[in-house]
Amino acid sequence: MTTYFQAYGTFAALLVLSIAFVAVAFGANRLLRPNRPTPGKLTTYESGMDPVGTTWSQTQIRYYVFAFLFVIFDVESVFLFPWALVFADIGVAAFWEMVVFIGVLAIGLLYAFKKGVLRWA
Amino acid sequence: MHPLAQATTQPLPLPEVDWRAIAPELALAVAGVVLLLVVAFWPRAGRGVLAGLTLAGLAAAAALTVWNWDLERVAFEGAVSLDGITRYARAVLLAVGALATLMVAQGDSREGEPDDSPPEVFPLLLFALLGMVLLAAASDLLVVFIALEILSLSLYVMAGETRRLAAQEAAMKYFLLGAFSSAFLLYGIALCYGATGSTNLLEIADATGDPTADGTLLLAGVGLLAVGFLFKVSAVPFHMWTPDVYQGTPTPVAAFMAAATKVAGFAVFLRVFAGALGGLVVSWRPVIAGAAVLTMLVGAALAVVQTDLKRMLAYSSISHAGYLLVGVAAAATVPAGVSASMFYLLTYAFMVMGAFMVVQYVSRLGPPDDDAIGERSSLEDYRGLARRHPWAAGLLAVFMLALTGIPPLSGFWAKYYVFLAGIEAGLTWLVVVAVISSVISAFFYLRVLVVAYLQEPVGDPGAETAPGRTPALGVALGLAGLLTVAIGLAPEALIAAARSAERILG
Repeated sequence: MTTYFQAYGTFAALLVLSIAFVAVAFGANRLLRPNRPTPGKLTTYESGMDPVGTTWSQTQIRYYVFAFLFVIFDVESVFLFPWALVFADIGVAAFWEMVVFIGVLAIGLLYAFKKGVLRWA
Repeated sequence: MHPLAQATTQPLPLPEVDWRAIAPELALAVAGVVLLLVVAFWPRAGRGVLAGLTLAGLAAAAALTVWNWDLERVAFEGAVSLDGITRYARAVLLAVGALATLMVAQGDSREGEPDDSPPEVFPLLLFALLGMVLLAAASDLLVVFIALEILSLSLYVMAGETRRLAAQEAAMKYFLLGAFSSAFLLYGIALCYGATGSTNLLEIADATGDPTADGTLLLAGVGLLAVGFLFKVSAVPFHMWTPDVYQGTPTPVAAFMAAATKVAGFAVFLRVFAGALGGLVVSWRPVIAGAAVLTMLVGAALAVVQTDLKRMLAYSSISHAGYLLVGVAAAATVPAGVSASMFYLLTYAFMVMGAFMVVQYVSRLGPPDDDAIGERSSLEDYRGLARRHPWAAGLLAVFMLALTGIPPLSGFWAKYYVFLAGIEAGLTWLVVVAVISSVISAFFYLRVLVVAYLQEPVGDPGAETAPGRTPALGVALGLAGLLTVAIGLAPEALIAAARSAERILG
């Protein structure tokens, strides 16, 4: 039990150390650097481009559905990789189980398609 | 050797697939998928067709439940267990699902108005029931979580099935708070796993008897599990969402939520706390008993000041959750606590469904309300109901008296057996509080009847619109009323069936 909490003690020490490291680095920077702001320096950094719009911008809600469908099939592939690894050992049963799994997801996609979710207009 | 490659050289331990054990769940899943395809490819299918298909799916699941009735075993390496709780909860849930299907088939709109609840509500109802039935059978905390998510996600969507602002708000609140509580539950599962080395309820039951186990971690996990379950069954202090959600959602969905979620939630509550964590009863009983006291009193006290019947029923469902918690608190040491709670769930489900059916009927009597909720569920709408619609008022009286616990209706026996189990478990003080809460609750249940029977109708009675033909709702109302009276007159058979649920397989 004590070793259990000792392991967390190491973690706590690391946490304190890392917070202190960041605080000291930024604090020293602030104390030592000269402060000469210009409008160009104060603009938001957007990968070197001129920033567009405000931070509070709206996004087309349709992206949400597409993102949702993407995540579903992304997760499907997460299941497919370990399945492929052990597929040969288990045999035919594994094949049909994956057919059912993908089949259910395919029905979901079919439903989304019939409901016109995949059309952008 | 790479650890992953090493793992593949060993034979994979595969759980034996026991199709029969989960046959009702499979039937519900298949029916749900079929209905989803029907909705997608046959957009003009009427509500009657969809309701018929839903009822067919429920009938198939019910037939498989009967087929499995005498089956007592743990399947899928302990992930699912078939015992008395499972079959009792399955039977009650499928019956509640059938009544809810009839209510949904009736629709939320009146004659001549466009029906604004989409046909997807039928497959969602089946998926929600799938989650509930699986939850009642779950014998592994991970299966508990998955089943809970299946039912919750379906209910979040069903809550917001109409475009009314209140329904949308209810769905959003239910979703955010539900997701929050799921996180508590998941954290509790993680801590229990950390403390006992297993998520399987049977193995957790073994590990909690071990004095060398890490007590702190396990108790923290048990506490978080309790928070998660108390939230789902809407017990105080985790009840805040209930009134808003029940009031805002369309009445058929609110009825389904109030009845079915409680049945499934308390079935798993009993299995986890009275079953797997029974060894820790000394630690968790004060917490559950405290929550029961708060739930009964706060629910009853706040119901007194409500002027909207749906909101009042929400607070009443909170106080009923309190009585059920008395049963849970008793269940760990007294087996009668389990059977009393299961019997309570059976009677409560039909009473509360019936009460919501009357609300649905009465809200059809006038034009939609101007407020965001759009349903006429204010107490004002019930004035003089007995003179205008004697049958509806009579059924309302049956359900209100049953909810109060007046003999010979079913609600009386439900309370009687739970209180008896509480006294047997040495929780007499808790039963005293429960009786006080029952007395408070008599005030607001009977007030509805005073309004319906003794007060004059407001406004011009001629301005009232006809409720239209309500065959589905009529059948559902008749069944709920009949069951409430019949269970009250002859509770023995159902109590005997509940007694067989006392042995929990873990």
